[in-house]
Amino acid sequence: MLQLGNPRRFLDVTGKLLPWLAAATAVLFAVGLWLALNVPPDYQQGDSVRIMFLHVPAAWVAMMAYGLMAFAGATALVGRHPLADIALKTAAPLGAVFTALGLVTGSLWGRPMWGAFWVWDGRLTSFLLLLFLYLGIIALGNAIEDEVRAARAAAVLAIVGAVNLPIIHFSVQWWTTLHQGASILRQGGPAIAPVFLWPLAIMALAYTALFMTLWIVRIRTTILERKAAVLVATGRA
Amino acid sequence: MSALRTVIARDLMLAVRAGGGAALALAFFAAVATLVPLGIGPDLKLLARIAAGVLWVAAVLAALLSLDRLFQADFEDGSLDLMALAPLSLEALAFAKIVAHWLSTGLPLTVIGALLAVAYGLPAAATGTLVLALLIGTPAVSAIGGIGAALTLSIRRGGLILPFIVLPLVAPVVIFGAGAVAAVLDGLQSGALLFLAAFSLLAVALAPFAAAAGVRLNLGA
Repeated sequence: MLQLGNPRRFLDVTGKLLPWLAAATAVLFAVGLWLALNVPPDYQQGDSVRIMFLHVPAAWVAMMAYGLMAFAGATALVGRHPLADIALKTAAPLGAVFTALGLVTGSLWGRPMWGAFWVWDGRLTSFLLLLFLYLGIIALGNAIEDEVRAARAAAVLAIVGAVNLPIIHFSVQWWTTLHQGASILRQGGPAIAPVFLWPLAIMALAYTALFMTLWIVRIRTTILERKAAVLVATGRA
Repeated sequence: MSALRTVIARDLMLAVRAGGGAALALAFFAAVATLVPLGIGPDLKLLARIAAGVLWVAAVLAALLSLDRLFQADFEDGSLDLMALAPLSLEALAFAKIVAHWLSTGLPLTVIGALLAVAYGLPAAATGTLVLALLIGTPAVSAIGGIGAALTLSIRRGGLILPFIVLPLVAPVVIFGAGAVAAVLDGLQSGALLFLAAFSLLAVALAPFAAAAGVRLNLGA
């Protein structure tokens, strides 16, 4: 982990890893989508239940991405490590996209199920606020010209957001809620039929692998961009 | 302690005497609260129902829009560099500035909020709760806004970015603040004020550290 902090080593290791990760992503998506399209329709939700296989993993990955981004932010602030700066900066747009994907698929599911594209429900609203938080971090990072300052400012905001997110989540929950409660990780085991659980698990892995693949590609691209910029600035290219 | 008091007194004086200071935030608050009935109609029943929400949103916006100069003015004329060199820690400085902002903005907003609540036809008991909620909740807005002000202090024309990054973070204040009043209107018991107080205490206790980190990174130390 620490050795990976060296940009050169990071490029070496991830260069070898990336094709396998990309292949795993493709296979997981192929299997997951095939399973998702071939489960029997739900007795209540009918075919709309298939949206769940796209929606739930997107929401999970959106939250995981925030956790990873905040961790990168803490590493950047404490360790003053350029690679952590890059990891934070590149994770934010990915997290925003997964959050938006979760919101869009959720609203497509809500229309047939709840009769409305959008309801002001706790879960939905706190996810919308998560999207704004992501956009704020991106905007702050872009508004400050100096790269190091921009990364540190974004890191502070990401950490403040990480402290505040659970509070926002519970306050909005307290406010009002229509979204179903937790149904996978709960006491007494998952409240979901095993026939739906398998494709969901594989889709969750697929989304996670997709996020990791894209994140690594973005980090690598940024490292290479900076190398190129240094070469140009020193007149060696 | 005396340094802390000096900074608070200085910032208060600047807020009161310099143009575009605290008075403008209060005028903005009153103007927004006046526009809403013009848009919605003069139905007092409806206005009483939405008063708490409208006044909270307007108060948060007014407080945030007046925050962008919290550190920026001192940054631009170089006094922030001197303050960073002073024995007073940056955390204490941030705390003092947040306190001064609350005294010059949050506190008057609460008073004007009471007048506007009456104009919106809010019953007396609910008005009392709204004033109490504003009193408890506005320090959290100043504190969290102070983090945003510190992070954005080097951005020129960063006027809109500050409210944008802070608004999601102060959502709990609006939820609990307006929720407490709604509970009174509905005749329900609610712990909203206690939650609001807890959030406010947490924000005021932790925000100076984040704000100091923001100032430090922008001073390039």
